[in-house]
Amino acid sequence: MQACVAVKYSMADYWNIAPGMENALKECFSRDAEADVTLEFSIPEKDFNNAGKGSSEVKNLLKRLGVDSEVLRRIAVASYEAEINVAAHSHGGEMTSLIYDDMIHIKFIDEGPGIADIAQAMVPGYSTADDLVREFGFGAGLGLPNIQKNSDALHISSAAGESTLLEFLVFFAQ
Amino acid sequence: MIRLTEYLPLIEGVNWTPALSPETVEIEGAYVCDMLSDVMGSAKPKQAWITIMKHLNVIAVASMTGIPVIVFSKNNVPDDAVIDKATEEGIVLVSSPLSSFDLAGILYKLLAK
Ligand SMILES: Nc1ncnc2c1ncn2[C@@H]1O[C@H](COP(=O)(O)OP(=O)(O)OP(=O)(O)O)[C@@H](O)[C@H]1O
Ligand SMILES: [Mg+2]
Repeated sequence: MQACVAVKYSMADYWNIAPGMENALKECFSRDAEADVTLEFSIPEKDFNNAGKGSSEVKNLLKRLGVDSEVLRRIAVASYEAEINVAAHSHGGEMTSLIYDDMIHIKFIDEGPGIADIAQAMVPGYSTADDLVREFGFGAGLGLPNIQKNSDALHISSAAGESTLLEFLVFFAQ
Repeated sequence: MIRLTEYLPLIEGVNWTPALSPETVEIEGAYVCDMLSDVMGSAKPKQAWITIMKHLNVIAVASMTGIPVIVFSKNNVPDDAVIDKATEEGIVLVSSPLSSFDLAGILYKLLAK
């Protein structure tokens, strides 16, 4: 992926988009066209045995559809990190995967408690993971950076005390 | 590049996923880490993952990252649910009495040959 610029539009919105693609990508986040396939999963709080199932199903489906293995790896990693974050840091939420013929758009919406400072949360190594989460091997503070690194566009919208929306796009053609 | 079957005897490795054939697994390197996100960010397909973590999530991490084999150091043994999941995902699980340092060192030497 090309070098990216981070653009902060407001306190509660964080975007990371490949340079020059802002408008094209924003259209994608709110596409009118119906997705070819829509998959929904719920992600319960702190349920680490089941967190990851949504990402795994999406990965299996895309594999059957013939998506390139490196693109598939990027989608799987970004999706799994986001799914684990909802389980680890929120009171639970929903994952919605919208699959089009040229790209995938995955949205995670949780029930709070929100991220007070998104820029700080994006810093590699920053983590508020509790002991349980760390026991499972999470809490390196690398999940959000991994999502950014592996997606073509990332949007996070949150604030303290609110729900968090995290959504990203990955195009199938490189 | 080596085959997993060349490595196993050197580390007293026990294969917990006999349904998968270790002779078909090719390894080009390894990643040694117990933090799952670091593995997902830095490990590459065809690398062995050397770790002491052995709960269900490591199978998902290996599967998402494209890791073909997990080597558990210091005699860490995965439980049946983990073995079943790994078998389903095609990820070979191996336990060894050696430390992560020794496991990496032996593999490094073998690859350098
Ligand atoms: N859905 C969320 N709701 C609330 N806070 C979140 C959410 N996702 C991330 N965060 C906050 O952002 C921080 C950084 O997230 P990131 O995924 O980068 O690291 P981590 O989850 O703590 O550790 P790792 O992902 O390496 O296992 C988290 O520790 C948490 O404070
Ligand atoms: Mg995380």
